Order: sequence, then C-alpha cells, then structure tokens
Amino acid sequence: MKIIACVKRVPTTEVQAKVAADGKSIDTTGFEYMLSFYDDLAVEEALKTKEKHGGEVTVLTLGPSESSKELREALAKGADKAVILVDPAWHLRDARSTAKALAAKIKELGADVVFTGRVATDRDQASVGPLLAAYLGMSCVTDVVKLELGAQGGNAQRESEAGVETVEFPLPAVLTCDKGLNEPRYAGLKGIMAAKKKTIEETPATAVPNASRVLKVELPPARKEGRIVGEGAAAVPALIAALKNEAKVL
Amino acid sequence: MSTIVVFVEHKSGSARRASLEAVGAARATGMNVVALATGPGAGELAAQVGAAGASQLVAVTGADKYSPDGCAADVVALVQSSGAKAFLCANTSAGKDLLARVAGALDCVPFADCVELRCEGAVFTVRRPVLAGKASITTQSDSPVLCASLRPNTFAVASGAGAATVSSVATKGGKVVVASIAAKPDAKLDVKEAPVVVSGGRGLREAPHFKLVEDLAAAFGNAAVGASRAVVDAGWRPHSEQVGQTGKTVSPQLYVAVGISGAIQHLAGMRTSKVIVAINKDAAAPIFKVADYGIVGDAFEVLPALTEAVKRARA
Repeated sequence: MKIIACVKRVPTTEVQAKVAADGKSIDTTGFEYMLSFYDDLAVEEALKTKEKHGGEVTVLTLGPSESSKELREALAKGADKAVILVDPAWHLRDARSTAKALAAKIKELGADVVFTGRVATDRDQASVGPLLAAYLGMSCVTDVVKLELGAQGGNAQRESEAGVETVEFPLPAVLTCDKGLNEPRYAGLKGIMAAKKKTIEETPATAVPNASRVLKVELPPARKEGRIVGEGAAAVPALIAALKNEAKVL
Repeated sequence: MSTIVVFVEHKSGSARRASLEAVGAARATGMNVVALATGPGAGELAAQVGAAGASQLVAVTGADKYSPDGCAADVVALVQSSGAKAFLCANTSAGKDLLARVAGALDCVPFADCVELRCEGAVFTVRRPVLAGKASITTQSDSPVLCASLRPNTFAVASGAGAATVSSVATKGGKVVVASIAAKPDAKLDVKEAPVVVSGGRGLREAPHFKLVEDLAAAFGNAAVGASRAVVDAGWRPHSEQVGQTGKTVSPQLYVAVGISGAIQHLAGMRTSKVIVAINKDAAAPIFKVADYGIVGDAFEVLPALTEAVKRARA
C-alpha cells in the first residue's frame, strides 16, 4: 500500500500572537515550531497502516527547509521517505494554493491512502484534507477517530454533533485524523540513528497564486476588566445578581 | 439579483439554529438566498428557512443516508445552475467538511469558521480567527464563488420574511456514505453551539466529581458541558467536549470555567464568549484575567450552591 502522511510545521501552541508592522501578517519573531498536533496522529496512523498492510510511508510537507526537523522525527519513528516542498513564504499561501501544490506532488508519488491532521493549529482551516481529495479525485472522510481499512476501502468513525457516525469509503482516500484515533509513538534510539542516514528530498513547491488577499491582521480586543464578586459559596447570590441584572444572561 | 446558496442542516425537518444564522448572514448581504437541504424531512423546512431570509428551498431527494461527497456534488450543481456568487454553511462538523469539498470542486478558496462576512460591490471579505483565536485575519476573496462556513452563535437569525418556495432535485450521490449514526444519549447540546457552556478542569480532582459540572449545566437548561485539555488527556471526559487550541473554539452567551487555571491554549478557545465566569481556588489563576465575574473558592463548596441558585433564578 502506498501511504502518505501529509503534515505541517506550525508555531507551538504556547506562542503569543503579535501583528507585524505591515498590519497584514503575524510577527513570527521568537516563535518556536512543532509538528501540528493532529499531524502527529496522521504519521502514527500511516505507520500503523504500513505495519498491518505492508507498503511504504512517505511523509510530505509544504514549508521551509527547517521542516526537516519534524520530518526527521517521522523518519525516526519508521517512515520510509520524506519530502519537503520548499517555499519560504509557505505561511502566506491560502488553503487552495497549498492544497494544489501538495496534490501535484501526491499525484507524482502515487497514493492509496493519504493521512493528514484534522486541522493545522495555525490557520485552523481544516480544509486542506478535503481539498486534496477534490483535486486528486479521491474519497475523503474527515475527523476520523476510529478506522478499519481493507484493500478496497474501509469504514471510519467520526464524531459529529449528532453522535458517532460510521462512514463507508472506497480507496484511494484522504483521511483526516482526530484525537482519539491513536496514541503517537516515540522514536527509539535505533530509529533515530537510522533516520540520520536517510535523505530528505527537498524540491521547490509549485507556485500557485493565491485567489484571496489578506487585508488586515488583528489581535482580539482586550476584555473589559472583570471583578471578583466574593469568596466561596457566600459569593453565589452576588454572582446570580450580576448575571441577572448586569450581564442579563440569566 | 445575485444568489447565495446556503446549506441548511436539520433533524427530521427541524433546522439547526447555526444554519439559520447562515441564512440570515446571507440575506444581510442583500442577495437572493437559496437554501439547500438534504435527507428525510428536507421539504418541510420552507417556513423556517423562509422566515430566516431564504426565498427558495431546494430539497434534495434520494439521500436518505448522508453522503458528504454526494451532498457536495448537489451543492456544486445548484451553485452552477443558479450562477451563485457565494456558498455558505454553518461551521459544524458536517459544514466544515462540506465547505472544503465544495470549494475544491469549484476551485475556490475555502474560508472556515468566519466571524464576519461583508459584501461590497460584488466583493466579499471575511474575518476569521487563526491560532485558535489569538489573532484574526480579514481576507478578501478573489475566487469566482465565495465559499465560507460561519461560526455558530455569531450571526443573527433574521426574522420577518415569508415562506420559501420549494423545489426538489434528486441527489447525484457519492462514494462516501454515512452508514449509521450512534446518537448521543440524550440529544446533548454540542459545546460549540450551546448558549451556555459549563467547563471543568483539574480543580475537580477526580472524574466522578464532574457530576457537579453536569448538574450546573442541567440547571441552566440550555448548557453544554466542556472540559480542559488536562482532564480530556486524563481520560475523564471525551475529546468532543474539549475547549481550547486542540479542541473546540466556543463563543457562548455565558461561559463558566470551574477549576480551570486558564492556560493560554484554553483561553484562546473561549475568550470570545460574551460573559465569562470563573470559579477557582487560586486567586492568582490566569482565568480571572479574562473573567467578567470571579468567585475565589473551592468548586465542591461553590457549585452545589450555584446550581441551586440557578435553579431558583430560572424557576
């Protein structure tokens, strides 16, 4: 089975956002980066799928050359190949532009199943997975929390507002991974040593002009200063009065 | 007049409020709104979507089991036949899934979880949060069709217009099918859509103590239970209830944080709530910095009293 894990390097969840001087982008000075939380699940599911069905796992990203740190870790966990579609301005691409460049590479590599995270924790779009499926003509299930995969297709569970949906899909497919699907493994020493010898392919990402333009980046307005209404159960009547008379939410 | 197509989710003919908000947002642009609904009962939505501002309802037939790619194909066909300038839906589980499929098929940029939508001339701009709400980006769409999902509890439901005219169309069908749904036990409100959210954290000390949070949520009557990442990772609560950067972003009318210290990842997920109440033993907890009202105290002492007081206030 040809398996691709499509991942993204994102700012760590601890970062504080600052608006850059142009007012149209985020000042990334001092940011540290990590593999997007849900993409870690995608790597794990790709490795599990290989262990069960055989085949080859390629980890693919679009980003800066520095993404090699995150890809090297995926190699250490057992991925066979890693590819960076290099674009120093990766963070300025819109979702369509990113997906089109990734889809072009996936087409070239060939894939029976593409795993990616439910959402990247920087742009919060949750769009690239289904966009890839659309551009590649693959089936797609989003937010997968449980998966049974066969040679021709499978069924996946996803959590919606209604409950737990069981979704049947044919291969090839793009599956986006949600928390609960698996517990990502840690790389062992042997894997880390082996990964050092593997080469990471770096090729320029296909240029795809954005079909959108950023007008403004803003920080959320500071919240009005609140107040402590009191201590312990004795403060409950004061809180109820405030919710009723001031906030008018009760 | 230009047209906007809005996907309306419903349960057996009763529309989801977040979908009606999307209809209202579409109508607020001044354009003609065509609602599309699928599955059993879709044809019964005419009065609801009409009241919210839609002039037409297209009920898709033959889709007794929801197919996400089939539904996307049905939306795309309607967008193309009506020459629509925009496609909108609620940013729900099905909505954001549908959004990107439709955008992909139309080769347009999707904008998920928008909190503002403007149309000036024929140009659409949207504002959407990034980094879990630590910043927001206002973007102009240069795609032929604006494709956007709207954050629940953010746009107003319009009122006043008449019923929509109804037509039906057979589904194009898809490869991916929702074979079955194991419904939530008691039609629990989703944390993203509930007007009130009561969230618990480590301060509750043990999983069974979440009963206190559930009791308070039940007292409000229209509340969902939320949770911090710490207690989800500890296995006390399901991930579907997690509020924050690797969970859900919520903007209810009232958010009550119980025993949650307020890590930056949690604050990002709830800071746009209209009113925030924090209950925490530690007066220095960061949660008090975003709270409108705080009680410094032990959850085990404060919650039972608060639950009783809310019950009395609502009686």
